[in-house]
Amino acid sequence: MFLIECPWCGERDESEFNCVGEAHIARPLETEKMSDQEWADYLFMRSNPKGLHREQWLHAAGCRRYFNAERDTVSYRIAGTYKIGEPAPSEAKK
Amino acid sequence: MSKYSIFSLLRNAVSYHENWGAAWRSPEPKKEYDALIIGGGGHGLATAYYLAKEHGMTNIAVLEKGWIGGGNTGRNTTIVRSNYLWDESAHLYEKSMKLWEGLSQDLNYNVMFSQRGVYNLGHNLQDMRDIQRRVNANRLNGIDGHVVSPQEIKQAIPEINIDQGCRYPILGASFQPRGGVARHDAVAWGFARGADMRGVDIIQNCEVTAINQQDGAVTGVETTRGTINAKKVGVVVAGHCSVLAEMAGFRMPIESHPLQALVSEPIKPVINTVIMSNAVHGYISQSDKGDLVIGAGIDSYTGYGQRGSFPTVEHTVAAICEMFPMFRRVRMNRQWGGIVDTTPDACPIIGNTPVKGLYFNCGWGTGGFKATPGSGWVFAHNVANGEPHELNRAFALDRFTTGFLIDEHGAAGVAH
Ligand SMILES: Cc1cc2nc3c(=O)[nH]c(=O)nc-3n(C[C@H](O)[C@H](O)[C@H](O)COP(=O)(O)OP(=O)(O)OC[C@H]3O[C@@H](n4cnc5c(N)ncnc54)[C@H](O)[C@@H]3O)c2cc1C
Ligand SMILES: [Zn+2]
Repeated sequence: MFLIECPWCGERDESEFNCVGEAHIARPLETEKMSDQEWADYLFMRSNPKGLHREQWLHAAGCRRYFNAERDTVSYRIAGTYKIGEPAPSEAKK
Repeated sequence: MSKYSIFSLLRNAVSYHENWGAAWRSPEPKKEYDALIIGGGGHGLATAYYLAKEHGMTNIAVLEKGWIGGGNTGRNTTIVRSNYLWDESAHLYEKSMKLWEGLSQDLNYNVMFSQRGVYNLGHNLQDMRDIQRRVNANRLNGIDGHVVSPQEIKQAIPEINIDQGCRYPILGASFQPRGGVARHDAVAWGFARGADMRGVDIIQNCEVTAINQQDGAVTGVETTRGTINAKKVGVVVAGHCSVLAEMAGFRMPIESHPLQALVSEPIKPVINTVIMSNAVHGYISQSDKGDLVIGAGIDSYTGYGQRGSFPTVEHTVAAICEMFPMFRRVRMNRQWGGIVDTTPDACPIIGNTPVKGLYFNCGWGTGGFKATPGSGWVFAHNVANGEPHELNRAFALDRFTTGFLIDEHGAAGVAH
């Protein structure tokens, strides 16, 4: 079982959390100028990597706030969690 | 390869069944084929079988990174039904159902297809309205089904709890009598043997690591057993489709999630049908060995690890115990996970890709076992002709650009 570190509450059991998908997908600004292809890419296409993944989590049965995590999708090990707007741990190290 | 029959059974009985031949060869890969199928699950093997049988393409190979049927095919809870809501999916799954009905004869291999019926339970008013709508839609498409009351369910399945005072009371169900289960390994092995008999090379322990292209057209693949050339490549790798798409240079609207199942210790016959509930995430049937076969929902995170988390299993088992209080004391024997490729509209992606000669068949998510023969049949047509069949045209990758999604969450959703 996972222990997940909520940036606000600290380590909690995974059953309190929900993963809500890939992180860092910015909503496009000039949407009236977008092609169908660009819309499809924003709405539906996902990187779905086998390896390190940056994703959003919701502390659903806790503070009910969103945060980001970097997690390996094969070992499921979480490399680190960070608040939205902060750089990912692997970025910050560079 | 000899034909299986009562006579071959008798002949082999004389030698104590010690001299049965291998069901398929293990050839070395050739340098070039007319077509390659990547992924030796049920869908890939069925594609190869129908390519050889229906389209006369026998100079082809199936490349599997592990052993055939070792992916989702050998890990699923084997529920087969065709009662999908929308015309496009209803026609596709019903094509598959018709193939299932003659499959053991066609393959000369017993896939143990058992039409014991499938119940989809409803637990609230909206569930029941959706069920009624779906059954009506099914009947208009010539697919069998009717709505049953809690009392009728209780009559068919005496062990079920239809107490209306519990958290998720059973208010009724849809019932498809032609639905049922099949033996998953036998499906992979039967298609493998049938394809092999027609000359298809089945190559195991052969992982595809790159897709070679020239001028926007596929020329072959790199594998852990060397370069193999082909002008047509069909990719049928379920949970790994995003990985293969990345090799080819495009993106997929897919996320790969863990999906788990578990089986109990074998017990005496108690359930002679299949019971599924979308609302509480519990699915149950009983295998011929006697184990209760239980399927869970997907984990919320993506995962390629072929295992999921314990809270998900707990959630499902709680639902099963409410539905069948007498199973509270049954012990669970084994539990495992697969990697399911979910799409935004809970429908598969079958057809052409931005690369010429490269075709994808994926996105079956939590419910593709039932489609194995039909999926192989339409995909073989697509690979052979370079054009989709009428039955899979609507399932093209470009529906995510055109907006013509086929929203099957009501009929498929988390269900199998
Ligand atoms: C627990 C569970 C329960 C399920 N229950 C049901 C159910 O009750 N009813 C139902 O209809 N469906 C069910 N499903 C879904 C069903 O199992 C799948 O949709 C279906 O089996 C997919 O078949 P496939 O042949 O496409 O994939 P798979 O059987 O997964 O085959 C894909 C193959 O591709 C291979 N591969 C991957 N990458 C490469 C590579 N680079 N090179 C070579 N080979 C590669 C893999 O090793 C694998 O063998 C369930 C799934 C799971 C996990
Ligand atoms: Zn928190």
